[in-house]
Amino acid sequence: MIENVDLSLVNWSRGQFALTAIYHWLFVPLTLGLSFILAFMETIYVRTGDEVWKKITKFWMTLFGINFAIGVATGIILEFEFGTNWSNYSWFVGDIFGAPLAIEGILAFFLESTFVAVMFFGWNKVSKKFHLASTWLVAIGANLSALWILVANAWMENPVGMVFNPATARNEMNSFLDVVLNPVAVDKFTHTVTSGFVLASVFVIGISSWFLIRRRDEVLAKKSILIAGIFGLVSSLLVAFTGDTSARTIAKVQPVKFAAMEALYEGRSDAGLTVIGVLTDSGERIGEKKVHDMKMKIEVPELLSIMTTGKDEGYVPGIRDLVNGNPERGILSVSEMMERGTHARQVLTDYKMAKEIGDTETMSQLAARIMGSDFTENYFKYFGYSYFEHPWQVIPSVPLIFYSFHIMVGLGFFFILLFILAISFHRRMTLEKNRWFLWTALFSVPLVYLASELGWIVTEMGRQPWIIQNLMPVKVAVSNISAGAVQTTFWLFAILFTALLIAELSIMVKQVKTGPKH
Amino acid sequence: MARIVSAIRKISGFYYDGFRNMSWWGNRVWVIILVKLFIMFLILKLFFFPDFLETNFRSDEERSEYVLEQLTENN
Repeated sequence: MIENVDLSLVNWSRGQFALTAIYHWLFVPLTLGLSFILAFMETIYVRTGDEVWKKITKFWMTLFGINFAIGVATGIILEFEFGTNWSNYSWFVGDIFGAPLAIEGILAFFLESTFVAVMFFGWNKVSKKFHLASTWLVAIGANLSALWILVANAWMENPVGMVFNPATARNEMNSFLDVVLNPVAVDKFTHTVTSGFVLASVFVIGISSWFLIRRRDEVLAKKSILIAGIFGLVSSLLVAFTGDTSARTIAKVQPVKFAAMEALYEGRSDAGLTVIGVLTDSGERIGEKKVHDMKMKIEVPELLSIMTTGKDEGYVPGIRDLVNGNPERGILSVSEMMERGTHARQVLTDYKMAKEIGDTETMSQLAARIMGSDFTENYFKYFGYSYFEHPWQVIPSVPLIFYSFHIMVGLGFFFILLFILAISFHRRMTLEKNRWFLWTALFSVPLVYLASELGWIVTEMGRQPWIIQNLMPVKVAVSNISAGAVQTTFWLFAILFTALLIAELSIMVKQVKTGPKH
Repeated sequence: MARIVSAIRKISGFYYDGFRNMSWWGNRVWVIILVKLFIMFLILKLFFFPDFLETNFRSDEERSEYVLEQLTENN
């Protein structure tokens, strides 16, 4: 089935997963960030006893509640898809995915059924301090809940802490700590949650700006802008810092993705960091993949080398080095990895044949070999490469990754400026006078969602063709089902998600227009 | 025992009051949540998203053999 896999099945399955994940991610970051903003606001209320802060907290809590309710359980659809569309993958990942997702499920259940209920139903029924504690626990719990999902996702990009068992055809966790402290997981968690804080801060500033544009609820708007401006500025600096550490980790564990982010085809010492660039088809090819030149670019000299290796003369491998290999730099060619992967698959095939004829002695010998550290490190590590016919097939879509990455980073710096201006105008008490700023802040709300989704496009499209880096390409992961069935559910989801999104937006817009008075 | 019963009463009363006194937007989002969960679990999961390996194979051994076959096919 695998060699003759129906590409339309793979593409529809990918499209469906992307649709579901993008939709799910419209709700998650606002929950992550707004929950903390609510906690800060309510803390001020409890400490000062000022009823204005209670009113402000309750207003933003309403918008939090609408977002939380519409978004709740949208992630479960992704789990349906794992079982139906990606059964080979689901089986192959074994308990590594199961354990973090189970923790997340339990955490989410207890969080949602207890502390969220206290947040919404508990005003004037529980003590102020208990209510405040519940708000903080929702914020901490929601972010911890995201941790487990991101740990599972990080494992797909850097599979660690497991051994493949041929008897069960599954990867089995041998170190929970290695899985949780996976460097990709640590970077991904910190970068993702802080980007959620930035999104929520821009959301609060944008809506508050709308109040100021309409010259209403000015006290709420100004106080909210101050809290969100400070929280957003600190968070966006953290996003920049964690983005830097994240990129350094990607350069180590997913070097092709890293090279695609910078559209770096030729490896370089003293490599500069592209700030702005426009790609053009060079007319050259690596296999069937187009090679892109920079039509124009603004570059900071040597910065990419410094950021990646810590040295200004540090060597950053390009896509050609990574595909063809570079022995001087200790880079293995994809052809070599394909050979090693093919050997690993041959040993697994021998195991399967021994099992079919009931040769238990050969089975146990081969199982011991497959699970041994030498085989894992030198052969099984490249298992997924055995499914490729040509080395160039490991190259993702360079223009998509390059532009997504650079637009995301550009918007990130734009938001830093937005937060600085918000705090500055608030301090000078000139927010209402700078109407251009208020309009910019309002129109920044869709931009921050764009930046957030682009981050995931870089992550997920950048690691193509892999579903599990180096171990399983996407085409091997799909279930043997009809493309038509996936196409049908794709459109069902598209309709359902659009309807839910319209419902959310209409309720949220109505609540914003109603404001805090009612 | 009496304390446990009293605590359960208090907690259930808390939820009951909360749901009874929900605002306009609260009612709307609960309707949306229920419709969404109905569509997801009683239509999509049941009719469109059967677990492929659970449905087509009876035991974990059969499932692992199938996946092993998939991983090694045409080698």
